[in-house]
Amino acid sequence: MLIVPCPHCGDRPEIEFRYAGPAHIERAQRPAELSDEDWASYLYLRDNPKGLHFERWRHIHGCGRFFNAARDTVSDRFVASYKAGQKRPEIPR
Amino acid sequence: MAELVTITTLPPATRFVVRGGEAAIPLIGRAFGVALPRDACRAASVPPRAALWLGPDEWLLLAPDGDGERIASEIGAALTGAPASVVDISDRQVALSVGGPRAATVVNAFNPLDLHPEAFPVGMCTRTVFAKAEIVLWRTAADGFRIEVWRSFAPYVEGLLREAAEEYA
Ligand SMILES: [Zn+2]
Repeated sequence: MLIVPCPHCGDRPEIEFRYAGPAHIERAQRPAELSDEDWASYLYLRDNPKGLHFERWRHIHGCGRFFNAARDTVSDRFVASYKAGQKRPEIPR
Repeated sequence: MAELVTITTLPPATRFVVRGGEAAIPLIGRAFGVALPRDACRAASVPPRAALWLGPDEWLLLAPDGDGERIASEIGAALTGAPASVVDISDRQVALSVGGPRAATVVNAFNPLDLHPEAFPVGMCTRTVFAKAEIVLWRTAADGFRIEVWRSFAPYVEGLLREAAEEYA
């Protein structure tokens, strides 16, 4: 079973978590001023990197909190996890 | 010979889920009589009451049946302007007790956490899963657990516990 590091609870089994999409996607301050292309890109266009991926997770059957994590999409290893609102950590490649 | 595992349904209890920010946390603890634990996954208890950490701003309060109205009004009076939510969930859940030398093994039959006493010591508590149900698991003694589970899931959880315990009957 994949072990997910919750920044509040520590290492916990994957089935306590829900994946919640890529992290650090910022909503425009004034969405009405965006072009249709930029709005569509904000809503739908996502990177699909092979390797390091920053993503949101929720420890739904634990502390209940959303947090962010960096996972390697090739090895499935978590290399970092940090509380929501914290800056993306520098991760040496 | 002493039983290796005992499973019992605990009597009705008063239960609150409280959520609040830094200003509210000490006020709630003082009014309830048990300081809300700030360490993750830890319970604090001043018998017969207990406060269980569920999240960084969320706790489960346990008290004897019938104390609900008094607790609600005492916490309400203490929260002078500090935003918080205090919800009586007494009847939403029931509690099961699993005790005996093989209690951890039986819980682990359907729960994936490491329940070794070093990884999950006495006083540790957490929301987690038990097969397909969500539970709150609290280690109340070296060989004793309290399981809080939503009422409609309780027969399912109790049935699976008893099935796992058949091994040690
Ligand atoms: Zn957590």
